[in-house]
Amino acid sequence: MEFFWNFPFISIILSLLCAVITFLLKGGTAKRLTLGLNLSCIIMSLLTVIRNLTLGEFTYTMGHYTAPWGNEIRAGLIEPLFAMIFSVILMLSIMAIREEKYIEDSKLNLFFVMSDLIQAAILALAYTNDIFTAYVFIEICTIASCGLLMIRDTGKTIIAATRYMIFSLLGSGFFLIGVILLYDITGHLLMPNIKDAVTVLWETGNYRLPLYITVGLMVTGLGIKSGMFPFFFWMPDTYGYASPDASSILSGVVSKIYILLLIKVIYSVIGAEVFFAMGIQYLLLVFGICGMMTGSILAIREKQLDRMIAYSSAAQIGYIYMGIGMGELGIAPAMLHITAHAVAKPLLFVSASRLSAVSGESKRFADLAGSGYRCPVSGACFTIGALSMVGIPGLVGFSSKLYFAEAALEAPMSILAPVLLALAVSTLLNAAYYLRAVICLYSKGSRKIHPDETDKERPMFLISIIAFSAVIFILGIFPGYLMDIIGSGLEIL
Amino acid sequence: MISILNNVEEACAIVLFGIGFTMLLLNRNLFKKVVGLNIMDTGIYLFLAAMGYIDGHIAPIIVDGRTNPHFYINPIPSGLVLTGIVVSVSVTAMMLALTIRLYKKYRTLDLDKIYAMARESE
Repeated sequence: MEFFWNFPFISIILSLLCAVITFLLKGGTAKRLTLGLNLSCIIMSLLTVIRNLTLGEFTYTMGHYTAPWGNEIRAGLIEPLFAMIFSVILMLSIMAIREEKYIEDSKLNLFFVMSDLIQAAILALAYTNDIFTAYVFIEICTIASCGLLMIRDTGKTIIAATRYMIFSLLGSGFFLIGVILLYDITGHLLMPNIKDAVTVLWETGNYRLPLYITVGLMVTGLGIKSGMFPFFFWMPDTYGYASPDASSILSGVVSKIYILLLIKVIYSVIGAEVFFAMGIQYLLLVFGICGMMTGSILAIREKQLDRMIAYSSAAQIGYIYMGIGMGELGIAPAMLHITAHAVAKPLLFVSASRLSAVSGESKRFADLAGSGYRCPVSGACFTIGALSMVGIPGLVGFSSKLYFAEAALEAPMSILAPVLLALAVSTLLNAAYYLRAVICLYSKGSRKIHPDETDKERPMFLISIIAFSAVIFILGIFPGYLMDIIGSGLEIL
Repeated sequence: MISILNNVEEACAIVLFGIGFTMLLLNRNLFKKVVGLNIMDTGIYLFLAAMGYIDGHIAPIIVDGRTNPHFYINPIPSGLVLTGIVVSVSVTAMMLALTIRLYKKYRTLDLDKIYAMARESE
């Protein structure tokens, strides 16, 4: 079974290699190669999950240089599981793109270069055991997502890309200085070595202040990049102005991968006990709840469908940070919510783009009235995604909220009350704007497709949105199995 | 005060980081934002390089067959600085490319004016 040890490394190298090859190919071939790459990464991650379920975790030393000198890859259960989930979402998002509409033919292969790099960043951030490697791949991910945003050459997308880039750079600057300070006080870059050193530092009480500053900087940096409460104002412009393909990949995968890295930092770098003893999680709890409220309220005021979805992203990220803020109880529900949001948001973006295409490329609610009849499949899939975000039983959005509530019931009163209240209020707010959107899709309006839209739905697009909806249903009905894996994964993270 | 004098490089580095960060966040001129980004990164590299330097030791390149590590400075921070420089060069290139494209479209580098123009065209 030692052969399995190579899978994480092979999949990372394969993604980087494909990014280089894709640069030389024509658009259509590049797309097929990228989809093949996504599929092989999914298979390799799945095999790693299956192996680790029976045989336990493993650490792969690069070039056989042992710790603390060499670079390492580590695969427990969380790492391959989320590498697989994100790869599936990336693949489905790529299948759903309608390239002829948004991207020039000559630039199409560049789109896939960027998505290959994002695939590499997903895998590397999930698997790496070295904090500086994580920083490098954060930057690769930033550059690739900025490339995805600016590939459609209109003034607005460039503004969106610039705005995204500035906020990302602020975030990675914070993260980098945090890493450097941590290296300064511990003398290590590999996660397990740092964890040992931090545990000793915490017990002896040395360097207490630098430790607080370091953790604060890293959390803030990743928070800015993933869109935590006070820093989410780049989101609506970025997702609203960008092409739906880019926004679905960005909102579905890229912003989530930073949260996964944050959870890895909490568990494998700082150590959960030290982190939760520091009390930083209470700040995250407050920010998360504020994000849930403000995101939803701003979404209710929005008159455009795609900007509404973007503001709702801010609200959903608030849920995830609330989960992290609840302490160790809330991490597993937060990870389920990462999955729930990562599945639903790309579905909403791509089906909304199709719905607006059959309504004459307008995204205003007034023009979208009745578009659910004009394009039945997209309308139905949008409804499923929206209902999952609201939290209707049977869909994955409901199960994650249920687990949040269950976790809150075990927590002390000071956490229990605000969490349950926030869940109740924000569910109402979510329902207010998502149901308004769904009702708008099925209200009176022309049943004919707008004359400007000539092409039919392509099979790949249909397969993608139906697969997204199926995943929402399956995870909604059987969330327990995923939660079991996440639970045992967190124990060995 | 004395601890600052003893760690003057680190103090400098943090000041540089602060200047660069504020410029990147608050300055409305796109080009100055790029400059701010570079100042911020330079602060970080100064911090790293100062951390790895040991007084009186030489660069970790073996000359005269001296393999005793006590002659040399810590090579890892230097390696990290090099990696960081590569990253910041590519990020700077990306930001400059964006700046050029925005300037071609809107004929200004002021972000507020660009936002206003984009909103008008909506």
